[in-house]
Amino acid sequence: MPLQAYLTLAAVLFAIGLFGVITRRNTVGILLGIELMLNAVNINLVAFARFNGDPVGMIFTVFTISITVAEVAVGLALVILIFRIRRTAIADHLDLLKG
Amino acid sequence: MTDSAEFALYCLLLPAGAFLLLAVVAPLRRSGRPAGFISIVFSAAALGWAVRAWLHSSREMFQPPLLWEWIPAEAGPLATVGVLADADSTIMLVLVALISFLVQVYSLGYLDHEPAPALGRYYAYQSLFAFSMMGLVLAPNFVQLFICWELVGLCSYLLIGYWYQKPEAARAAVKAFWTTKAGDAGLLIGIVLLWQRAGTFDFVELLLQVDSGRLPLEGLGLVTFCIYLGAVGKSAQFPLHVWLPDAMEGPTPVSALIHAATMVTAGVYLLKRTDWLFALTPDVLVLVGWVGAFTALLAATLACAQSDIKRVLAYSTVSQLGYMMAAIGAGFASAGFLHLLTHGLFKALLFLGAGAVIHAVGSNDIFQMGGLRRRMPRTTIVFLVGTLSLAGIPLFGGFFSKEEILGAVWAGGLAGPFAMLVLAAFLTAFYMFRVVFIAFFGEPAAGREAHAGPGHAGGAAGGAHLHDAPPSMALPLWLLAAMSVGVGVLFTVYHPEPGFAAPGWLTPLAVAVAVGGIALAWLTYHRRVVDAERLAAAFGLVREAAQAKFWLDDLFEALYRGVLLALSSAVGWVDRYLVDGIVNVLSAWTLVLGDRLRRMQSGQPQDYVYGVAFGLLLLLVWVQWPR
Repeated sequence: MPLQAYLTLAAVLFAIGLFGVITRRNTVGILLGIELMLNAVNINLVAFARFNGDPVGMIFTVFTISITVAEVAVGLALVILIFRIRRTAIADHLDLLKG
Repeated sequence: MTDSAEFALYCLLLPAGAFLLLAVVAPLRRSGRPAGFISIVFSAAALGWAVRAWLHSSREMFQPPLLWEWIPAEAGPLATVGVLADADSTIMLVLVALISFLVQVYSLGYLDHEPAPALGRYYAYQSLFAFSMMGLVLAPNFVQLFICWELVGLCSYLLIGYWYQKPEAARAAVKAFWTTKAGDAGLLIGIVLLWQRAGTFDFVELLLQVDSGRLPLEGLGLVTFCIYLGAVGKSAQFPLHVWLPDAMEGPTPVSALIHAATMVTAGVYLLKRTDWLFALTPDVLVLVGWVGAFTALLAATLACAQSDIKRVLAYSTVSQLGYMMAAIGAGFASAGFLHLLTHGLFKALLFLGAGAVIHAVGSNDIFQMGGLRRRMPRTTIVFLVGTLSLAGIPLFGGFFSKEEILGAVWAGGLAGPFAMLVLAAFLTAFYMFRVVFIAFFGEPAAGREAHAGPGHAGGAAGGAHLHDAPPSMALPLWLLAAMSVGVGVLFTVYHPEPGFAAPGWLTPLAVAVAVGGIALAWLTYHRRVVDAERLAAAFGLVREAAQAKFWLDDLFEALYRGVLLALSSAVGWVDRYLVDGIVNVLSAWTLVLGDRLRRMQSGQPQDYVYGVAFGLLLLLVWVQWPR
């Protein structure tokens, strides 16, 4: 398969993730969208590493995955805390930064 | 000889040290008399160094001064500070140190009823003044001179307003400050203009330029005129003399030191210091001479109509400053300078003597004194010595220098000023002996018992307790009296050669005029052959004008009210409605704009993500757009 196929898949995945982040009302859903976007990036990295014969991209991917794990852990912890305090996990209600 | 400059430097630094000590160590300052003793010890040491500096100075006009760079610039330092010790500056230094020391000793007695903190403050100011005045005298350039010039003005302001709870004193202090500032603005402009054409502030370099004729002459008149303006303000020349009589609200020792012997003569000293510069602009010199002579006559007239002993002395100071200026205007600055020195001695003596009288009587009014000769015989003697010196009687201090001024003005070809000065000499003798005959001779004034001094509660308990001054006050008086007579005898015996040919009839004329004035005062106020009221009535218009101070104060006040306040309100309007208006409109717009933009911040993270994504998209489109 050509490189374009991988890149297209990654782009589609990124767009789906972005759509999810922007439109989901539930905070957990937004986190899921972010995961999708990150994985789209991972696919890009792996694809380029493969086609350029440069293993650095693969190593980056390993790092990204581990950081993603940490990010999800922190993100979910935040969501749970917010839910405990505010009794809601709907993003529309969390507008303390409103100017 | 750098010895002289070095000694002068020690002399300069001692009062500065005393001031710093008193200013920084607050408990010491609040202790009052100990602070006074410290200040006196320092000024006594300063006097010693001043005398040494004077003895070591040579007759050479300019020594290479002790200099430090202050404002460095590419082409040599822009400004320096230092000590320029030549014959003129060191003799002036001795005068300043001497009077300053004696006045500080005298003040211990005169101000002994003051609260301790106020006394400490007084001595701190005294030390600061001594330092500033010495710095002015020793200044090797215009910049240091101007700084010290302002510093002595500040000290004058602080010491006139020493009794700042008294509204008149506070007012007089502000008046003195403002009036002299009017002249100082001229001085500053003059200094800058001079620098513009000569490229230096330094006296020695300026003198070299003048000597070699490198200084461009056109427009120099404006420069010297501006410098002269500074002297007009400081040395109380017409029309800026109005502050000096009011300055008498300060303690009498302050009047003796600042407003008679030293600070007010700074203007004369400045003109003497730069006489080679003024010699290039004869027009300005003639103006100096005429204004000086007119001031001398005007102030002498005013002095005749005063009943406050200190005001009489103040006007006489103005008058004598006019004499000095007239001599400088005639082109013989050394004659004016000589009178400056002798005048410093006997006028300080007169003021301190008047202070002793005021201290005892508790009033400034000569008509409430009367018959003091019997109660205060020693004070009478020293006051009489001062009066005779001022009147210009042979063998006394002021005789020779005054005669030399008259000769200088005559030799300078200023006939009009000469006539005015002779008339002023007559009036000088008259008004001084008017004071002497009213206050010291005659019968004690009725109702003196009821009069206790407002300024010296407890200092004067009434006529029964009138007595001579305590030793701390008497000692300076005797020293000054001895020096006045000593200088007078010295000059009578050993005649320094004047730089001009004085006509032979000058000495008889001067003496005759002085004796005539004394005789008229004697006839009027002692023998009462001439009725004082009828004498006054004979000069009705002049007397009326003199009592109104020739309406000068009113004129200045009207000027202030009319011009200055109108200008201020106009400027205030511009500031309030134009300058502030623009700023206010701008800030209002900012507020509105900020309020509008605030709405963008919804607080929804998803909106922000949307914004970021949309922005990214726009960026991509912009970058990738096929051109």
